[in-house]
Amino acid sequence: MTLANTKERLVLVGNGMAGIRTVEELLQRDPDRYEITVFGAEPHVNYNRIMLSPVLAGEKTFDQIVLNDRSWYDRNGIALLTGEKVEKIDREARTVTSIGGRTVGYDRLLLATGSDPFIIPVPGRDLPGVVTFRDMFDVEAMLRKAADGGRHAVVIGGGLLGLEAANGLAVNGMKVTVIHLMGTIMERQLDEAAGFLLQRELEDRGIDVITNADTKAILGEGHVTGVLLKDGREIPADLVVMAVGIRPSTGLAKAAGLAVERGVVVDDHMVTSDPAILAVGECVQHRGATYGLVAPLWEMARVCADQLAGRPESAYAGSVTSTKLKVTGIDVFSAGDFSGGKDCEDIVFRDAARGVYKRIVLKEDRIAGAVLYGDTRDGAWYFQMLREAENVAPLRETLIFGQGFGGQGFGGGGAANPKAAVAALSDSAEICGCNGVCKGAITRAIADKGLTSLDDVRTHTKASASCGSCTGLVEQLLELSLGDGYQAAAAAKPLCKCTHHPHDDVRRLIVAGELKSIPAVMQALEWKTPNGCHSCRPALNYYLLAAWPGEYKDDYQSRFVNERVHANIQKDGTYSVVPRMWGGLTSAKELRAIADVVDKFAIPTVKVTGGQRIDLFGVKKEDLPAVWKDLNEAGMVSGHAYAKGLRTVKTCVGSEWCRFGTQDSTGMGVKLERMTWGTWTPHKVKLAVSGCPRNCAEATIKDFGVVAVDSGWELYVAGNGGMKVRECDFLAKVETEEQVLEYCGAFLQLYREEARYLDRTAPWVERVGLDYVKKRVVEDDEGRRALFARFRFSQVFSQTDPWDERASRGVDSHEFAPLAMVG
Amino acid sequence: MKEDITWIEVGRVADIPPAGARVVKTPRGDIAVFRTADDDVFAVRDRCPHAGGPLSQGIVHGARVTCPLHNWVIDLASGEATGPDEGCAGTFPVQVENGLIRLGLRLPPGPALGVPGAAS
Repeated sequence: MTLANTKERLVLVGNGMAGIRTVEELLQRDPDRYEITVFGAEPHVNYNRIMLSPVLAGEKTFDQIVLNDRSWYDRNGIALLTGEKVEKIDREARTVTSIGGRTVGYDRLLLATGSDPFIIPVPGRDLPGVVTFRDMFDVEAMLRKAADGGRHAVVIGGGLLGLEAANGLAVNGMKVTVIHLMGTIMERQLDEAAGFLLQRELEDRGIDVITNADTKAILGEGHVTGVLLKDGREIPADLVVMAVGIRPSTGLAKAAGLAVERGVVVDDHMVTSDPAILAVGECVQHRGATYGLVAPLWEMARVCADQLAGRPESAYAGSVTSTKLKVTGIDVFSAGDFSGGKDCEDIVFRDAARGVYKRIVLKEDRIAGAVLYGDTRDGAWYFQMLREAENVAPLRETLIFGQGFGGQGFGGGGAANPKAAVAALSDSAEICGCNGVCKGAITRAIADKGLTSLDDVRTHTKASASCGSCTGLVEQLLELSLGDGYQAAAAAKPLCKCTHHPHDDVRRLIVAGELKSIPAVMQALEWKTPNGCHSCRPALNYYLLAAWPGEYKDDYQSRFVNERVHANIQKDGTYSVVPRMWGGLTSAKELRAIADVVDKFAIPTVKVTGGQRIDLFGVKKEDLPAVWKDLNEAGMVSGHAYAKGLRTVKTCVGSEWCRFGTQDSTGMGVKLERMTWGTWTPHKVKLAVSGCPRNCAEATIKDFGVVAVDSGWELYVAGNGGMKVRECDFLAKVETEEQVLEYCGAFLQLYREEARYLDRTAPWVERVGLDYVKKRVVEDDEGRRALFARFRFSQVFSQTDPWDERASRGVDSHEFAPLAMVG
Repeated sequence: MKEDITWIEVGRVADIPPAGARVVKTPRGDIAVFRTADDDVFAVRDRCPHAGGPLSQGIVHGARVTCPLHNWVIDLASGEATGPDEGCAGTFPVQVENGLIRLGLRLPPGPALGVPGAAS
């Protein structure tokens, strides 16, 4: 351990984004120079604070916004002390002491204490139910309140943070009112026109906005009940979020006698008034400015790491910032200064119908500021020219139309070919705004480190690793660099070309946003086509049906023809009809009815299926209702052989007749089929029950297979006899028939709730892992019962025979008759 | 033999579900009459140029239909296959007036025309 003693000791106070980014940069430059200790006041590891809004809105989980987990600290030999707020710095002794009494010595000290939310000093500000929007505790408190049945939320502050909080709370089902002191929301980032458009959009989403509203008091006795404005208005509230601003957290530095004004004063090298102490992030004041956005933190972190690594020439010159609002479906971009002034000129573009507004402020032929609403594609381009103070006089005529329109040396081709536009960007163009990564850094990393996937780029450069809005650009850079060698990651593939959201996100957002119709989903998630396509509409219809049983009205026109007409279309446009035979059992009466139907309608082919049913082929569409009627009259119902749902439950004869049978597998199969028929699932589902391990019903290649043994029932899942044969995984062994039913229902419900449309159980289980399925269905008794209860609830609405409805009650009769006959 | 276009009333727009289709049967094969979500009406021969699939049974999106047999996507205005596929289903002229749909057909001379057979 002598080696360790030769290292300098670096202590970081603040386990947030700025501090840890500095450490990351430092490790890249000189990994062995310091013995590093990190103090964090929160109990969490290092997470991406700017992504708290998507967590609140249910678009991301906490795990997804963790930047470095504990193993990262371990791997890099960093001592992490979470939940230990530092309360004292002794500059003489060069030690820091935490609230818990722990004292650690340093050679260099780095302060990254961030900022504190500003609390307006009104009566009632300490009432339970008043929170800020600053960390995971706040998010958890808000989510708890929304889940507890809190109805009304008031957000004080219509800035970036307040609006993101308001959106998140609204998505969680609360009635939200935003009260804002100024006449325009986000007035520091937006001009009046853009602020107006934003306010209208929020109001369309059911969020009330009151501007010019000054808070007088927060009302309530034991808990907040409302907010009183100075004009006398009173707004009811079960939750009040203070989001009026932040101020640098400087208490520790001030107590240690460092120079502090609005923030901890640092020079261009991020060094404070004590040469042994550096500071970085929102707690600092540099050239008179403090920052509350993320991009400047990265620039400071780089300079600060240079300093710590012994590169004193590196200097920070301040930042120009840009902002985007992280509210799904609202595109707002703002950069620089748009307040105008004597020497400024405005270029404004409005398209009311599309809800697009753009304003560029020019000062001496250079861009001083930009506000984009509704179409923010060119934000990065304007921002780059703004930062580089490029003379835009030659582009002036077409500047407002964006990068795709003339200019930039690639003619008018830019809009039509996004790759050409990306190729034309300079190496210093910023691609990832969240993490401050420029094009050159990404292309160099791809070339130097042999990166081949989006995840690789995220890992090595951090680009696209935060909000993800630049993912498309990063993928284009991968494509440009690797050519045909680049295959976009399957996991992040959009559902179809009508949207940029992958299946899993759509499912989550439907629930989080309480979206209850296909148009609502398309509106909220910004579908690119007016009414989708043949891929997304059936998927959305299923997701809505699964999310809102009994509430969502099935969209008939979004079903594939088989499900629309409850029969299978065949290659010549005729249909095949399969009546249900419970557990594979039939009777003379049923067989006679089938034979009669075959004669009466001249059905050309009768076949026994692989799932122990009888399939009648070659039925004309207009005959379908009459065929069904005759079968119904013999007591037979639809076999759902056409459905993305339960098809058949295959059985062997079991103990009733078989000399090896250990249990009544046929009876078990009938019970399972009675329970599961009519269900809608992401893809077809097949079950089987075998009466002994000889497995005559082939239960181990089914979606859910049951094999009877002497002591009970073995349960198997995720088998497939289709194109890619897959043997089942063993799920569990149970003793009673009731358990078989409960495990089966729970497994199917988990599949219904979480798989992607058109995934059978096999690829789904392979993706999420058998362990996960076991955890949910086998190990968690309460969770299994809840899944089973939800399954049974949804079955209440789906177990009606579609043939009966059409044969005798005239449902959808237009479907089976021609519109007209002519000639 | 010269055949003139005859305008024939085949039903009302309301008889076709939005984003759906219904069939008009003629001696020369079925015609699929489509109503888009925006209430535009198109008439296309009810045979996919690929394998003869009944286009009337497909999912309608925008002014296109996806054939139920092999997912060819046909543009309803032109009858042409879209994307990399090539082929044309053939279209018929349509008039819509006061919610009534008339198809422009070239019919062989003969007895008068039957009227809508649908009970609904």
